[in-house]
Amino acid sequence: MRETATPLAAWGATAAVLAGALWMLIDVLWRGAPGLSMGFLLEAPRDAGRAGGVAPILLSTIWILAVALAAALPLGLATAIWLSESTLQRPRLQRAVRLSLDMLAGVPSIVFGLFGNAVFAVALGMGLSILSGGLTLACMALPIIIRTAEEGLRALPPELRLQAAALGLRRSRIVLGLLLPAALPALLAGTLLGIGRALAETAALIFTSGYVDRAPQSWLDSGRALSVHIYDLSMNVPGGEHNAYTAALVLMALIVAINAATQAAARHWRRALSWQDPAAGDR
Amino acid sequence: MFRWNSDRALAAVTGLAARLAAVIVLLIIGFVILQSVPALQELGPVRFFTDDGWYPTGEVAARGYNLAPMVVATVLCAVGALLLAAPLGLLVAVWLTEYAPAALGRPVEALVGLMAGVPSVVYGLWGLVTLVPLIAAWQPPGASLLSGILVLFLMVLPTVILATVAALRAVTPEWRMAAAALGMGPTGALWRVVVPAARGGIRGALVLALARAIGETMAVLMVTGNVVRMPDSLFDPVRTLTANIALELAYAVDLHRSALFVGGLLLAALVAALVLAAERPREARRHA
Repeated sequence: MRETATPLAAWGATAAVLAGALWMLIDVLWRGAPGLSMGFLLEAPRDAGRAGGVAPILLSTIWILAVALAAALPLGLATAIWLSESTLQRPRLQRAVRLSLDMLAGVPSIVFGLFGNAVFAVALGMGLSILSGGLTLACMALPIIIRTAEEGLRALPPELRLQAAALGLRRSRIVLGLLLPAALPALLAGTLLGIGRALAETAALIFTSGYVDRAPQSWLDSGRALSVHIYDLSMNVPGGEHNAYTAALVLMALIVAINAATQAAARHWRRALSWQDPAAGDR
Repeated sequence: MFRWNSDRALAAVTGLAARLAAVIVLLIIGFVILQSVPALQELGPVRFFTDDGWYPTGEVAARGYNLAPMVVATVLCAVGALLLAAPLGLLVAVWLTEYAPAALGRPVEALVGLMAGVPSVVYGLWGLVTLVPLIAAWQPPGASLLSGILVLFLMVLPTVILATVAALRAVTPEWRMAAAALGMGPTGALWRVVVPAARGGIRGALVLALARAIGETMAVLMVTGNVVRMPDSLFDPVRTLTANIALELAYAVDLHRSALFVGGLLLAALVAALVLAAERPREARRHA
């Protein structure tokens, strides 16, 4: 009896979950595809977004991502190097840094929004702007970037370090000239993960980068991210659902593309590791 | 004599970066507390649970700051979603690790991975346009606690499945062989050996999912109707703590703004309490 009940329940549950997931994905495709055209990507929104496209919104999204990466990448890479380089290490401080990064990863996105609004927009006087939004997203993406970069650096075969040290290279040369380039695909995968997370974010952006749907002229201008555009069209603009769905389809396509690129980077990384260390290929 | 060289510079720069990265979470907690202080001082912490209702604007004498209905809504939405996601997620994970034919397992796992990456605002859009009208046709008004639970359930399910699959795959094959040697069938080995051995990882998956559900804003905001009230049934509209902040921060000033930060503080405290509660029993058992 039990020998058939478990597989039956497992197949049933999977079928149900599959049906739900496909329902949602096909719904977005079905309702979003009719509005999709070159014009949608190249035109400005008209009539509060009911008509026209998303060109300035894509531009704002790219600006916000660029600010977020410019802030999070150097800080994240340096932190990952500090965490992975054994002789720079101070165990208790390292544990504290790790704990605090884990906590950061668990902070709800709306709390990042509160923080970004209070600090970047108000206290530091940046207002609702690309800069405020980008910096808020940088804080959110930091734990992801650090974790994948650190794992990448640690996964390098130890011989690489030892051989370089035997050649008399300085630690800084080993890290910057050898280890970082060798771990590049892993660093790239981490960066892409961070971008994916930032692209999907809405709640942290409403009160930091704001709602303005014109193309930004500077990074102190407010700019509406694609996700915020979807929210605004579906909740605040009667009759905006069609373009909300089309914008959702564009966002999903971007995220699928980034996921694919992440996986390609990770595959390349595993192959690079197995070339350096044949045993790593089996792992 | 202090000699400047590139190794020292590297250690100094990366050490500084690590400290800076570590301080961010403290800054976040600090600023949210700092912004909550005016409301906590002026109103006292008790009024946030005993006031007549949530009327943070208008006539000063008639203002009320009760967050309790929103705390209840937040907890009900998250727990409801998890009650659905836990058993279903475990079964799908079991299917993926035990029963899935290779040709089917890979695409399904890829699909689950894709669902994990779908932005919450897209879940919200789907819920708002597709799910809510369906519920409304059955039990008006549609935007309700139930729609919030269902959308959150679908949202956290991929998290539960992927983390549970990882936990089940981490169980060493020797345990299965030992179970088989003891005369257990595959199903018996699964439920009495493999799943219990993966217990820690599964618990971690559920805690992660519950924390995400509590902290989720957009999907819930778009489908629950956002009426501040204690729900009497699954079909009543509710407003969660996260939705309250997202709806009102744009125009809130003074005490109202500060009260919203108190809501944020409460939210962070809920998530922290959950993570701590999940850590405690494991620690206790390790020391026993």
